[in-house]
Amino acid sequence: MHLVLVGTSHHHAPVEERERVAMERDAAHALAQELGEAVVLSTCNRTEIYVAALDADDAERRAVAALADVEHALYRLRDRAAALHLFRVAGGLDSLVPGEGEILGQVRAAYENGTAGFLLDRAFRHALHAGRKVRAQTAIGESPSSVSSAAAALAEQVFGDLRGCRILLIGAGKVGDQAARNLRTRGAEIVLAANSRTDRDELVAQLARTDVVVSSTSSPGYVLDAATVERGRRGRQLLFIDLAVPRDLDPEIHALDGCFLFDIDDLEAIVAETLAGRRTEAERAETIVAAEAEKFHEWQASLDVVPAIASLRARAEEIREAELRKAEAVLGRLDESDRNAVESLTAQIVNKLLHLPTVRMKQAAAAADGVIYAEAVRHLFGLEDER
Amino acid sequence: MAELFFWPALLCYGEAALGYLGEARQPGLAGRAALWGVRFGWLAQTALLVVQAAREDGFPWSTWAGSLNLFVWFVVTVYLFWGSRRPYRLLGLAVMPLVAVLLLVARAGGGTGVGARSHYSNLFLVVHVGLVLAAFAGFTLVAALSALYLWQERLLKQRSATILRKPAPSLATLDGLSLRLVTFSLPALTLGIAVGIVRLARNGDSIDALVVATLVTWVVWAAYLVVRLRGLAGRRAAYLALAGFVLVIVVRLALPATHFA
Repeated sequence: MHLVLVGTSHHHAPVEERERVAMERDAAHALAQELGEAVVLSTCNRTEIYVAALDADDAERRAVAALADVEHALYRLRDRAAALHLFRVAGGLDSLVPGEGEILGQVRAAYENGTAGFLLDRAFRHALHAGRKVRAQTAIGESPSSVSSAAAALAEQVFGDLRGCRILLIGAGKVGDQAARNLRTRGAEIVLAANSRTDRDELVAQLARTDVVVSSTSSPGYVLDAATVERGRRGRQLLFIDLAVPRDLDPEIHALDGCFLFDIDDLEAIVAETLAGRRTEAERAETIVAAEAEKFHEWQASLDVVPAIASLRARAEEIREAELRKAEAVLGRLDESDRNAVESLTAQIVNKLLHLPTVRMKQAAAAADGVIYAEAVRHLFGLEDER
Repeated sequence: MAELFFWPALLCYGEAALGYLGEARQPGLAGRAALWGVRFGWLAQTALLVVQAAREDGFPWSTWAGSLNLFVWFVVTVYLFWGSRRPYRLLGLAVMPLVAVLLLVARAGGGTGVGARSHYSNLFLVVHVGLVLAAFAGFTLVAALSALYLWQERLLKQRSATILRKPAPSLATLDGLSLRLVTFSLPALTLGIAVGIVRLARNGDSIDALVVATLVTWVVWAAYLVVRLRGLAGRRAAYLALAGFVLVIVVRLALPATHFA
C-alpha cells in the first residue's frame, strides 16, 4: 500500500491560482469518496490530496486530474516523502508563518472529513501527534507574528488575563482595529471608540477607567500628551499602543511611572525578533518531525513483511499443535497442571524461536530489504501456498 | 546517612541555579532541567530532614544552622507551588542560587548533620521555629517575585525587542501573588513571634537583638500589607518588599548567634 500526495501551496502558487483549487468541506469530502481512501486538505495556503492506494501511479494520476487547474504548480510526493511533508504541515513548519497554530486544527478537520483507511488513518493520527509534540516541546507557536498580536501579547505581559481589561480605542485605522480585535478575542472590552475630534475632557475622563489605549488616527499632532495622561489616569497602570504615523501619543508618556508606551517601530522590532525566535525553534521542531516521520516510515515498511510473519507464526503454531496431538497418548496420562505446563512450554519455545526472525524482518523492512526477507522466509518454511 | 542526602540536594539545587541562568538566555531545555533539579533536590533534602528527625531525640533544627537548613526546605517547598509552571520558571533565577548558598552555609554551621541535642521542648520549637521559618520562606518568595517584577518592568520600560521571548508572568500576576503570599506569611510570623514572647515571659528571659530585629521585620511587612491594601502597587511596592527581605536576611544570617547563644 502506498501513500501518495499531490498538492499545491503558497510556496508554489500565488493566491489567484490557489483559489482555483480551494475546496469547501462538502466538495473535499466528495472528492475523497471519489478517490477511494483519501483525505483532502484545503486551507487558504494549500490544497493537498493524500491518497492511499496499491497502484501509486494510478492514484497520482487521478489526484492530479482533480487539481488540473494548477497542474504546473503541483508537487507530487510518495510514501516516506509524502509522510514527512504531512508531518511538517501538521507541525506548522510548512506554514507562511512558521509554527502558526491554526493548521493543526485544519489537518484534524480534513482527516475527519476524509475517507481514511488503515494507512491514512495511521498517517494522520501520527501527524497530529507530531504536531502536538512540536507545540509542547518547542516555543515555536508562542510568540506573536503580527503587530496587532504583539500589542495583545504586550497587554498580557502587563495585565495578565485580559478578561475584564478595558480598551480605549482612538482612531479607526486598520491596524488599530486589528489590535483592538485581537485584544477583544482575549477577553478585553472596548469602553470607548474615539477619534481625534473626540472631546479632550471625555478622553481624559476615560483614562481613569481604562487599561489599554490603542491609537491610530491620522492627526498631525499628539492626541494625548504626558501631562494630560498623568492628570487623567489617577495612578492607574496603563499600556499605550501608538500605531499612527505621525505618532498620536507623546513619547514622554513612557517616562511616567506605571505607564508603558509602544509605537509602531517598537512593535515591529518585537515581531521581527519573535519571528527570528520562531525560526530557531523551527530547527528543533524539524528534528522532532523528522523522528516522528521516521517512526511512521518504519511502521509502513513493516507492512510488507507482516503477511510473511503472520504465515510463519501460523505454520509454527500448526506444527506445535500437531505434535501435541501426536503425543496425546503420553500426555493423556498427565494431570491437568502438568498438561498445562507442557502446553505453556511448547508455546514458549515457539515464541522464542520466532522472536528474533520477526524482529529482524521488521528491521529489514525499515531498511527496504523487507520484501527479499519475506520471500526468503516463505521459501525456507514452505509458505508459498499461504499468500 | 545525612551526607548521602545532603550532597545530592546541594548538587541538584546548584544544577537548578545554573539551569535557570540558561533559561534566562534561551528558554526551553535548560528551564526544564532546572525544574527537575529543584524537584530532585527537594526530595533529597526532605529525606535529609527525615533522617535528622529520626536520629535525634529533641527538635533537630534548634541551632541557627539547623534552622537555616529547615528554612531552605520551606523556601523550596513554597517555590515548587508555582515554579513548575512555565511563566514562573525565571523566579528560580532569584530563588535557587540563594537556596544553594544558604544550604551550603547551613552545612558549614553544622546544620545538616545528625547527633546534636536540643535544649528546648519539641512543641515550642515546632510551633515557634516552624511558623517563623514558614513566614520567612514566604517573604523570601515575595522578594523573588518583586525582583522578577522589577526586571520585567525594566524590560517593558526599555521596550526590549526580546521581551516576549522571556517566559515571565505578567506584572499584575506578580503583584497580586506577592500580596497573597504576604497575607499568609504575616499572620504566621505574628503567631510565631507571639509564641516566642510567651515562652520568654514564662522563662523570665530578656528580649535579645534577634527578637528586636524580628519585630522590626514584622513592622515592615505589616506596613507593606497596609499600604498594599490601601492601593499601593507596582514598583514602589516591589522596593518595599525588597527592603523587608533585607531584614529577613539580617535576622536569618547576622543575628542568630545572639539568639542561640
